[in-house]
Amino acid sequence: MTQHPLISVKNLNVHIDGHHILKGVNINIPDKSVTSIIGPSGCGKTTLLKTFNRLLDDTANVKVSGSVLVSDEDIYAPDAEVTHIRKKMGLLSQRPYPLPMSIYDNVAYGPRIHGVRKKSELDAIVEKQLKDTSLWSEVKDRLHGPAAKLSIGQQQRLCLARGLAVEPEIILGDESTSALDPISTHKIEDLFVRLKEKYTIVLVTHILRQARRISDYIIFVYMGEIIEFGPTEEVLLNPREELTKQYVKGFIS
Amino acid sequence: MGIKKRKTEETIFKALMVLACIMVGSSLFLIVGTIVVKGLPYLTWDMVSKIPQGGFYIGEEGGVLNAIIGSLYLAGGATVLGLCISIPISIYLNIYLKRGSFLSKSAKLAFDVLFGIPSIVYGAFAFSIMIWMGVRASLLGGVIAVTLLIIPILVRTLDEVIATVPKELKHAALSLGATRWEAAKVILRQIRPGIYTAVLLAFGRGIGDVASVLFTAGFSDNIPIYIDEPAATLPLAIFFQLSSPIPEVQGRAYASALILTIIILVIVVVSHFIAAKQTKHNI
Ligand SMILES: Nc1ncnc2c1ncn2[C@@H]1O[C@H](COP(=O)(O)OP(=O)(O)O)[C@@H](O)[C@H]1O
Ligand SMILES: [Mg+2]
Repeated sequence: MTQHPLISVKNLNVHIDGHHILKGVNINIPDKSVTSIIGPSGCGKTTLLKTFNRLLDDTANVKVSGSVLVSDEDIYAPDAEVTHIRKKMGLLSQRPYPLPMSIYDNVAYGPRIHGVRKKSELDAIVEKQLKDTSLWSEVKDRLHGPAAKLSIGQQQRLCLARGLAVEPEIILGDESTSALDPISTHKIEDLFVRLKEKYTIVLVTHILRQARRISDYIIFVYMGEIIEFGPTEEVLLNPREELTKQYVKGFIS
Repeated sequence: MGIKKRKTEETIFKALMVLACIMVGSSLFLIVGTIVVKGLPYLTWDMVSKIPQGGFYIGEEGGVLNAIIGSLYLAGGATVLGLCISIPISIYLNIYLKRGSFLSKSAKLAFDVLFGIPSIVYGAFAFSIMIWMGVRASLLGGVIAVTLLIIPILVRTLDEVIATVPKELKHAALSLGATRWEAAKVILRQIRPGIYTAVLLAFGRGIGDVASVLFTAGFSDNIPIYIDEPAATLPLAIFFQLSSPIPEVQGRAYASALILTIIILVIVVVSHFIAAKQTKHNI
């Protein structure tokens, strides 16, 4: 890894309900790149992603040990400010969940809670983010209409715009295209590739082709352990570990 | 199973379902019909615009305005007070606490138990509080009793409504850096129609309940002005009028029941109307 790591995980262990879900995870996620987390379902991909923005805090009976450094700041430190940590990361979930408000208010929500009040400023943010997510031309005439009336693909891009509006450093995606049609999927993938100029992107995916198309690095997780981490081509085409080889060939799923 | 047997089964169950619907529909029709037939002749303008003259038990003059106002005050006051207490409780249990945490589970169980307690017990409990506080039977006492009665209804209904909101919506707000209170506000927006349902159930229960106000609100022929004055309620007015030996007074009981039914009907229609208008932005 030549680049400086933006997220640095050190000896992370997660227990949920007494089950050891993540086992001694050590990983350095490079800045300004797309990293995909792959692995069979139930192996802990979502859990790993949720430790990055501390959404895991919302689950009962969770025990987290070890540390996660984001820009050299330990987000599990006792004095860490959780809203501040989450503001640094946009999250794109499996299905889009627009807030129950208008398209405009969805994008303006984040800036508003973080103190932007001036209408002209909010207007500018909304326009910029909608343009960056290629939604502007599709929705500019109904900015004050309900976000729920958009198509699923448009909603997912709106959720991305909403996340970008708080100016995060990192974008987290948890199988963010799995509910979308091929064209919408393609649009989101294109956006990820475009956005990595400015952001660090970490995606969970179970589609190997997608991981190959858009990611620079791949993390292969199996039963809560990181089996392999490296550049995409290496991990997918020339894996070092036997387990990775079997997974990539489709023998384990 | 052969296709013939499956079809017979389907036919039998369809018949049972239709039968159940007819039974429910006709009993509703019978109840409303009885009240209308027996009460409508006595439903004069005086009934809704005047306080009773000559006492409830024997009076054939005047109206039940005292009980209408008393009931509206009681149910309205208790609903407002109940909401002020239950919304924070529901937010705390569902949004502040982690999903499935021990405290939230035990609190929900406790509210289930409270939900099942008969209203006379709430009346008796509120009565003992009133004695302890030195409050006599009054509007205030009645509001306390009815509030206690409807809090479990409100909390449980709000709980169920909040449970229909996907946890990802809360996570969406949190991941934008929202505090839990800000996330709660997003969820409250989402469940606004459900809040009207909860209000409707609570108000309906509050305005119709007799046992909780029996000792706590007292009864008075006058319209209460201060909250430490006793207040009449429609259900109690119906009870007193029905126990009168005079047929005219009994007829007035049905007219009072009709008024109570109309109030509830208006509340139902209005809250449905408001709720329907609120769903515009919902996911
Ligand atoms: N809230 C929870 N309570 C109990 N077990 C959980 C919870 N969340 C995840 N798990 C368990 O953790 C493991 C990993 O889950 P997850 O991270 O969602 O896997 P993936 O995203 O790779 O499919 C699974 O075995 C799952 O059952
Ligand atoms: Mg998952």
